[in-house]
Amino acid sequence: MKKHHRLMGVCIGACMALATLAAAHAAGQEKLKIGFMAELSGPQAALGQDMYDGFMLYLDRNGGKLGGREISVVKADSQLKPEVGVQLVESLTGRDDVPIIVGVTFSNVMLAVHPRVTQKKVFLIGTNAGPSQLAGKACSPYFFSTSWQNDQQAEVVGHYAASKGYKRVIAMVPNYQSGFDFVTGFKRYYKAPLLDEIYTPLSQQDFSAELTRIAASKPDAVFVFYPGGLGVNFLRQYQQAGLLGRIPVLSASTTDAINLPAQRESALGVITGTAWGPDLDNEANRAFVAGFEKKYGRIPSHYAAQSYDGAQLLDSALKKVGGRVEDKSVFMAALRQADFPSVRGAFRFGNNNFPVQDMHVFEVMKDARGRVTLKTIATPLKDHRDAYHAECPME
Amino acid sequence: MNAQLIATQVLNGLQLGILLFLMSAGLTLVFGIMNFVNLAHGSLYMMGAYLAAAMLGAFDSFLLALLLAVPATILIGLAVDRLVLAGLYSRDHLDQVLATFGLILVFNEIVRFAWGPAPVYINVPQVLSGTVDLFGFPYPAYRFAIIAVGLAAGLALYALINRTRVGMLIRAGAADAEMVGAMGVNIRLLNALIFGLGAGLAGLAGVMAGPILSVQPGMGEPVLVLTLVVIVTGGIGSIRGAFYGALLVGLIDTLGRAFLPAVFDALASKAFAQAAGPAVASMLIYLLMALVLAMRPHGLFPVRHA
Repeated sequence: MKKHHRLMGVCIGACMALATLAAAHAAGQEKLKIGFMAELSGPQAALGQDMYDGFMLYLDRNGGKLGGREISVVKADSQLKPEVGVQLVESLTGRDDVPIIVGVTFSNVMLAVHPRVTQKKVFLIGTNAGPSQLAGKACSPYFFSTSWQNDQQAEVVGHYAASKGYKRVIAMVPNYQSGFDFVTGFKRYYKAPLLDEIYTPLSQQDFSAELTRIAASKPDAVFVFYPGGLGVNFLRQYQQAGLLGRIPVLSASTTDAINLPAQRESALGVITGTAWGPDLDNEANRAFVAGFEKKYGRIPSHYAAQSYDGAQLLDSALKKVGGRVEDKSVFMAALRQADFPSVRGAFRFGNNNFPVQDMHVFEVMKDARGRVTLKTIATPLKDHRDAYHAECPME
Repeated sequence: MNAQLIATQVLNGLQLGILLFLMSAGLTLVFGIMNFVNLAHGSLYMMGAYLAAAMLGAFDSFLLALLLAVPATILIGLAVDRLVLAGLYSRDHLDQVLATFGLILVFNEIVRFAWGPAPVYINVPQVLSGTVDLFGFPYPAYRFAIIAVGLAAGLALYALINRTRVGMLIRAGAADAEMVGAMGVNIRLLNALIFGLGAGLAGLAGVMAGPILSVQPGMGEPVLVLTLVVIVTGGIGSIRGAFYGALLVGLIDTLGRAFLPAVFDALASKAFAQAAGPAVASMLIYLLMALVLAMRPHGLFPVRHA
């Protein structure tokens, strides 16, 4: 008898929960749920946190609304594990029933979640990872990037390396999708054959063996891509090995605003390339940087900038459709117009929903307040389109 | 490839091996004597590094940070042992794995809360910031310091275990813990001592690694995997096994990463070498472990059971 009572209790509880859910649904249309998926724990958590902070900065400034509609953000931590990302997609699109997912820090996670999100006709706003497949054959009308295709960041650095006349260059990257994309992108504009290509496991923290190899082959420059804490380790070990200042470092996603406070002197003079830097001179950017520094007490990174743009993109598109995302084709068309003041200045989508934008080269220097930051030194690739857009069947 | 390059890479391997030895000496004792699987050992390493960073911020002296952070890690270890793990010693390994895995998450959250998610910076002490010229090859002075400190700690540990009464009990405990308890030794106290010793060594490893690696949440997990490989290869419960196992893993891992790509390059096409070289290099230590386990299931230097 007792068992039955408990069973009944569970049933009643479940029914009540269902009832409240149904009630919430009926009242509905008030708050729009958006999933925000990023690396929020583990060694690379700082990147995801900056993305989240950038997104929330815009949301807070807008009174918690996008396109006039109140937003509730469901945070999801993919832990840099593709399988966890896939599970999160299931719960975000299932239990939470979100029509939009924003974020995704790493390309291996992006590659795993992208088909699952877009096949469910849920909008995916990528604010960081841009693996080559998604820009080409695997492109989807439900996916929009407010960052770049991975190669683009390396392409501008490759262009710079070629213009400096470096003859012997070693590339060194983590052994995973983004690493391959970055080397491919670098080689697209730096035509001379590379002296060596070194691939290290994504979890490897100590680069002593590789740095010794580099010291032995005395190249003209080293091209690296080490995001997050890896970049801190790499440059500090590079300095300790006595290589800093002797062999120039060209980088992508390595010396960003998250790493620079830890890298400090070990990053001075390092070259990097991407679409956005804190000193870009436009009104939207000045407001973004000042607001970010005021709210979080640090210089924003490109992760934050891209996510801020992601929020601006959603805001502009939701405004156009009066906050209604239910009519997917109308909302899709509104997103494609990218009608917002990007912090990077000019911004528009190509046929594959990846940005067509200026790509800049930055050097790590000290700012007026003695903080180590990025300064724009050149803009070699203007109105730059990714290399894969022709493979994407979308018009 | 020349003699200097090989010598430098051997030093790199030694340095990694020494660091792994500090980690594995403590873990192997806890595992071998208390029969306890402590996955949170890497968290103690992380705490050592974070505490050193905090002390360095407060006192601006690396030596002082080292001297304070290691005892502080021992205290954390003892507290964890008493408060959390004491009730788990009699449980089976799965419970211990689950509980200590939970501890990893807790420790990661604690440091994230206290220090934020971004990496924290530890300066290399000024005197060791340069490089030492090694027959025309610059070698970071600080990495020499790691080798020296690790060897000194290893010697002290050797003396403790082989020359003192406590050491005798530890050795006896590794061979037959039940019998030692039956002979009237306070096993609880011995366990606490061993756990504290292990925590201190992990903390020392964390402090020494701090200036090379970024001090960040989760930094304990990658090193824990290597540490487990070391103690399984060397023989669970054996300090000697931990020492030789650590050097072996350090050397094979480093030399593999340094020279395998070139070897593949000489044997096969460039494209294949670039794909296979790093993949095989990162597998080498696991292959070593599998090989050792296949030939000597108790590791290379198992504890002798009388």
